[in-house]
Amino acid sequence: MIGFIKHQVKTFGLIELFKGLAVTGKYFFKKKITVRYPEEKTPLSPRFRGHHALRRYANGEERCIACKLCEAVCPANAITIEAEEREDGSRRTTRYDIDMFKCIYCGFCEEACPVDAVVETRVFEYEFHQRGENIMTKDKLLAFGDKHEAQIAADRAADAKYR
Amino acid sequence: MVKVEINGQVVEAREGDMLIDVADSASISIPRFCYHKKLSIAANCRMCLVDVEGAWKAVPACATPVTDGMKVNTRSPKAIAAQKAVMEFLLINHPLDCPICDQGGECELQDVAMDYGDDVSQYSEAKRIVGDRNVGSLIQTDMTRCIHCTRCVRFGQEIAGLKELGATGRSEWMEIGTYIEKSIDSELSGNMIDLCPVGALTNKPFRYKARSWELKAHPTVAPHDSIGSNIFVHTRNGEVMRVVPRENEAINETWIADRDRFSCEALHSADRLTQPKVKAEGHWSSMDWSLALQVTVEKLKPYLANPEQIAILLSPNSTLEEVYLVKKLANALGINNIEHRLRQQDFSADQYGINQTLAMRLADVEALDSVLVIGGHLRKDLPLLNNRLRKAQLNGCEVNVVNPSGLDYNLGIEHQVDTLSLVSELASILKAANELVDQDNQVELAAVTFNATHTAIANSLIKGKKSALMLGLIAQADVHYSKILQLASQLAQTTGSSFSDLPAFSNTVGANLILASNSADLTNWLANGKKVFINVGIEPEFDCLLADQALRAMQQAELVINLTAFDSVSQQNYADIMLPIAIFAENAGTLVNIQQDWQSFKLFASAKGEAKPAWKVLRVLGNMFDLEGFDYTNTAEVLAEIKALNLSIKQPDYQCNLDLSVITPTPSSLVPCYSVDGMVRRSPALQATPDAQLTNPLN
Repeated sequence: MIGFIKHQVKTFGLIELFKGLAVTGKYFFKKKITVRYPEEKTPLSPRFRGHHALRRYANGEERCIACKLCEAVCPANAITIEAEEREDGSRRTTRYDIDMFKCIYCGFCEEACPVDAVVETRVFEYEFHQRGENIMTKDKLLAFGDKHEAQIAADRAADAKYR
Repeated sequence: MVKVEINGQVVEAREGDMLIDVADSASISIPRFCYHKKLSIAANCRMCLVDVEGAWKAVPACATPVTDGMKVNTRSPKAIAAQKAVMEFLLINHPLDCPICDQGGECELQDVAMDYGDDVSQYSEAKRIVGDRNVGSLIQTDMTRCIHCTRCVRFGQEIAGLKELGATGRSEWMEIGTYIEKSIDSELSGNMIDLCPVGALTNKPFRYKARSWELKAHPTVAPHDSIGSNIFVHTRNGEVMRVVPRENEAINETWIADRDRFSCEALHSADRLTQPKVKAEGHWSSMDWSLALQVTVEKLKPYLANPEQIAILLSPNSTLEEVYLVKKLANALGINNIEHRLRQQDFSADQYGINQTLAMRLADVEALDSVLVIGGHLRKDLPLLNNRLRKAQLNGCEVNVVNPSGLDYNLGIEHQVDTLSLVSELASILKAANELVDQDNQVELAAVTFNATHTAIANSLIKGKKSALMLGLIAQADVHYSKILQLASQLAQTTGSSFSDLPAFSNTVGANLILASNSADLTNWLANGKKVFINVGIEPEFDCLLADQALRAMQQAELVINLTAFDSVSQQNYADIMLPIAIFAENAGTLVNIQQDWQSFKLFASAKGEAKPAWKVLRVLGNMFDLEGFDYTNTAEVLAEIKALNLSIKQPDYQCNLDLSVITPTPSSLVPCYSVDGMVRRSPALQATPDAQLTNPLN
C-alpha cells in the first residue's frame, strides 16, 4: 500500500523532471567548454601527432642521414626511402616519400629517428584535392619543416625531459 | 675422442679441437670477432672468453684445445663478467653511429653488443679517430670503426697471398692499413668485406644503396669462370643490389672472386639493350618482339638454302639450356657451324675428342704433391682454383709453371720456365721425363734439347704421388694448342700424372658436352668470312681471341643477328638485328662447372626493359620456323630433355705422332681478367682496378 502511494507521488509530483531540470540549470550557468571550431581551437599537446616534417640543423644542413629506421619501423609501410652517397661523402636520401593515406599517425617513425629528423607536428588541418598529392616528397617535407621549425623546436624542448 | 661438458651438455670431440669449434658443433653460441674457421687463430679480440673449471681466469675458447673431462661454462658469472668487460672495452673506441654505418643491420659488433654487452656506457672521454685510406675502387674503408680483429690482415697473408694490409702501432695506437699508400689489388679482395665484422671495410659500389633488412637473398651460381662459385644475389624490389658468397665447401668454400662479386653492376649499365632493334637502310628502329622476330625469320630464310654460309657464335657463359636450344634450332635448320670456344684458334685436336675438365674434385687439388701448370695464369683466370693450389703449395706441393714471362704469382713456384714457345719447352720436359723413366714413345724428340730445369720439373712430376698437369687459357689460345695437348697428355702418361685441360668459362664444360659432335673451325670462319653470323650473348670484337678478324668478318657479313644484353656502337655498325636478352640473375638455367657439377639456378630479378631470356627467344624462333619440339614452358623441361640424352665426356686419345720441326715461338695472348665477358667489362668498379688497366699483360 505504501509503495503504491510513493509511486503515485513520484509520478504526479514531477520529481524526476525537476531533478533533470536541475542538471540542465547547473550547466546553463557553468563556464562553457565547447569551442567554435574553426574560429576557436582546442589546445594541443606538444606530443600531438599530425602532419610530418623533415627538420634541418641550424646551419641549414638536413638532419636525415638515410638510416632507414623509420622505413623499417613503419607498421603501415608508408615511408619509402632511397639513399646514396652525396658528393661530400655523407649518407643522404635521394628520395624520402611518406604516403599520407597509408600513414596511421602512430609516431613510431619519430621515435625511431636517431637524429630527430622526421617529426610529427601539431598541424592536422590539411587536405588533398588531386590523386598523388597524398605522397609527401622530401622537398615538401623539408619545406614544411622549415615553415614550422619554431613550433617543432619548442615542442621538442617541452617534451625533452620525458624522452 | 674426448668428452667435454659445456653448460652441462656433454659433447664429444676430437682431442686438440678448439673449444669454440666444439661449442659450434653443439650449437652453443660463443661470441667472437677475430676467430674465423678459414683463418689462423689470433685470439686477440678476447670476446670468446669462457669459464673453464680449474682455470682461475676466463680463457679464450678459440685458442683453448679441449681435453677429456673439461667442464666449460659460457654463462657463469665469471664468463658473463668477462664478456661484458670485453664488450665495454671494444665499444670505448668504436663510434656509436650505427645509423650512418653501411654495416648497420648486419654487423657482428651490433649483434654481440645486443646479446652480451651492457646497456649503459661509463665512458665519457674522447674517442679515437683514424683517417680513412683509399684502397681502390672495390673496398670502402672507415678505419675509425676498426676493432683490430686482424681478420683482413690474416686473409691477405693466408688466403690471398699478398701482404697488402698490416697492423702498425700497438694498443690504442694500432692501425690497420696498407703499409705504403697503395690499393688492395688481390683478385679475391672483396672477401675482406665479408670477413670484417664491423663497418671498417665495406662494399664500395654498394655504399649507402640499401640496408641489409631490405634485401632478399637468392641462391645462384656465378657466371664468370668455370669454378661455378655459389653465391647469394641480394635484391631489393626485384632489382639486383649486390652479390655475396654462399658457402659450399666442395666448390668455393666461403670465398668468391671479385669478378663474381662486383660484376652485378653491369645489370644496371646505361647501355643495356632494352628493346629489339632492326636496322633498315642504315637506320636503327626499335620494334616489339613479334615484329622483330618476324623480320629475323624473313631475313634468315633466304640463306637457309645453303646453311654452310651461316655460323653461330655462342658465349661460353650461356646456360646449358641455351646451348642446347641453339644446337637444336640450328640443326633443325641445317646449320652445323656452332662454336663457343672463342678464345681458341687451333681446333685440329678436335678429331681426338674434347675433354676440358678438371681431372679431380676441386678439394682434391689441395692434396696434390706436384703440379705443372702450362700456359695458364690461374691466379687471374680461375682465382679459386689457384686458391686451392696455393693451399696445396703451402702443404708442400711443388708447383711448376711453363708460362710466358711477366705473370704475377701469389704462391711459391718451385721451377719456373718463362717462354713464348710452350710447345718446345713441353717437348724438352717430355724428353727429360723420358730419360728419367727410361721410356721411349711415339714422339720424335731427337732434335729436342733439355736443361736442368726441365729435368727438375719432370722429376718433380714423377716422384710426386699425386701429380697433375694443368693447361690454362694461354695454352688454349696458342697457335699450337693441339700439339701442346698431345705433348702434355703424353707427359702426363709418362710421369704418371693426371691431366686437366682447364675450362675457363662458366659453361665451357656444358657447351662441350652438347656441342662436341659439331664440327667447327672458328679460325677459318673468321678469316674467310661467312655470309651470316648469329652471335648469342657475345661481343665478337671483344670476346674472340682473333678480335680484329672477328670484327672484319662481322662487318663483311651480309646479315648479323645479335642476341645481346648490351648495345654498343661497334655492334650498331655491323649488326642488322639486335635482340635484347636477359643475363645473370634475370635468367634461369644450369651451368656445368670445372668438376662437372650441374648447378641449376632460378630467375629472380626482373629483366631490363623488354629483354627476354635467350632460351625463350630461341624457343619462339623454333615455333616461327614451324619446327617440332619447341614447346617448352620452363627451363626444367629443357633440362630434363638434356638429361635424357645421357651426355658424357669421353676421354680423348691424343695420337702423339707429331712433327716438332717447324715450331716457331708465337706471341702469347692472355685475356685480362676484367675483360672476359660483357658483364665484367661493364662494371665501373672492376674497370677502375689496376688489373683492368692492363690491356694484355704479356705485351
